[in-house]
Amino acid sequence: MSTDALATAPPKIATPTPASPSRTEANIKRFAISTVVIVVLLGAWEAASRLGYVKVQILPPPSAVFLKFLESIKPQEAYDATKTNYLQWLVSGELIHDSISSMGRVLVGFFIGAGLALPLGLAMGASDLVFKLMNPLVQILRPIPPIAYIPLSILWFGLGNPPAYFLIALGAFFPVLINTIAGVRNVDSIYIRAAQNLGAGKMTMFLRVIIPAAMPYILTGVKVGLGVAFIVVIVAEMIAVNNGLGYRITEAREFFWSDKIIVGMVTIGVLGLILDLIVSKLNNHLLRWHRGMEH
Amino acid sequence: MATPQIHIVKVQKIYRTANREVHALQDIDLEIYAGEFVTFLGPSGCGKSTLLNAIGGFSLPTSGTLTVDGKAVTKPGPDRGMVFQEYALFPWMTVAQNIEFGMEIQDKPKDFIKTKAEELLTKLQLKDFRDRFPKELSGGMRQRVAIARVLALDPPIMLMDEPFGALDALTRRTLQDELIRIWSEFKKTICFVTHGIEESIYLSDRVVVMTYRPGTVKAIVPIDLPRPRHTTSPEFNELKNILGTMVMEEQSRHQKAELAGTTAD
Repeated sequence: MSTDALATAPPKIATPTPASPSRTEANIKRFAISTVVIVVLLGAWEAASRLGYVKVQILPPPSAVFLKFLESIKPQEAYDATKTNYLQWLVSGELIHDSISSMGRVLVGFFIGAGLALPLGLAMGASDLVFKLMNPLVQILRPIPPIAYIPLSILWFGLGNPPAYFLIALGAFFPVLINTIAGVRNVDSIYIRAAQNLGAGKMTMFLRVIIPAAMPYILTGVKVGLGVAFIVVIVAEMIAVNNGLGYRITEAREFFWSDKIIVGMVTIGVLGLILDLIVSKLNNHLLRWHRGMEH
Repeated sequence: MATPQIHIVKVQKIYRTANREVHALQDIDLEIYAGEFVTFLGPSGCGKSTLLNAIGGFSLPTSGTLTVDGKAVTKPGPDRGMVFQEYALFPWMTVAQNIEFGMEIQDKPKDFIKTKAEELLTKLQLKDFRDRFPKELSGGMRQRVAIARVLALDPPIMLMDEPFGALDALTRRTLQDELIRIWSEFKKTICFVTHGIEESIYLSDRVVVMTYRPGTVKAIVPIDLPRPRHTTSPEFNELKNILGTMVMEEQSRHQKAELAGTTAD
């Protein structure tokens, strides 16, 4: 269009568009934009696989992976009311069973690790003496990746859940510890002064001022710690345990079941995402008072 | 005359930094009586906040005696309620929880806490904000909460460290008026730190003008104007001139020190 045409065009009067259709339109548009890359990628993958550009054994088409997924979540045996109840039967599919095992390990390991790190972090943050006593040890141990403990953990705990719990706890321990220390040490002195002025004793100060003030840091530690725990659980299952998602994808490799490997990987991704969403929701609720937080 | 409630004799405060000493307060003698409204006026660096913190027990004098009701001040306490310039509300507590916190520390009965909090919420026009967090409030509202939090413990003395310094002029005037109302209703002794000349005249019974480093008492000026005071009256303006001259003398000393590079702040 030339500038001439623009200049001579009669002024357009904006007509208000009805609110609801344009809103749905916007929603559809947003959904389309956020899925377009994934859809194109899946299409290309499907085509590449079906047209024989890649071997099906190396990279099965997404449709085959999806079928495998459906198969994996189906209960393996027919429902028998004399053996199990319905709910147990419903979640007895291999993938569901593995997911529950993995998540269970993450939670147990995380709570052991965080449960030890939190009191130690509070003590190290609040007391100079405890900090000076413990900090050298913490600094020496901290850079050792939890995965490097695998040989030792198997020597100590054998195979099965105990070494997995140990490794996951270790992975969660340091992020929670370091952030808790930082949180307590960074409490704005104005809150301490205000509480002293109101007559707060040591215990009240700690429970009702220092811990809440340190909460943004502590929750950051929880978030990072859970993330590490989630990585470590997969590794631990690849080596020390014979169920769970980490075990399943290693096992599938031995049989060249690439569809099963991909199903496992995608499930790990989705579970990680769900875990992250839950923690974010919790974060937003617990820190709803915090300046940077939007509801 | 009656015995002073706050008695300050020969108080000194020396801060030692790595390479030098700063005489923040020197030879302060001051008597403040129950129910008085006293402002500490001076340029920054004159030690007015240091003096307030000494009374509050946050930072004890290097030498001299400082007694409140005959007892030496050794630590902060709820008998000297402090209102900070930065509000210092606990951001994780709602307005009501902030007000109740001090009473819970003092182990007051539950019913009492509820009633008292309710009364203060009403008095300071905070009722509609009781369940809000501080981050959702304006500066003026936050300072109301800070004042209510201190009033909840019913302290005989209120210490206020430039409490309205961060507020806009209109909000500041509203809160000044409210403070005067509270002061006359609750019969508190108020020590109020400010660098606002007009604010000091508007509010107080006596203005303690302080010198720039070392912080000493330059003059104590009684303000005998009836309340409510009119900032445009001739008497008010005359006081403004007198105090303004004094403060500007100290300000220029501050300025010189700053240009000579000898300030610590």
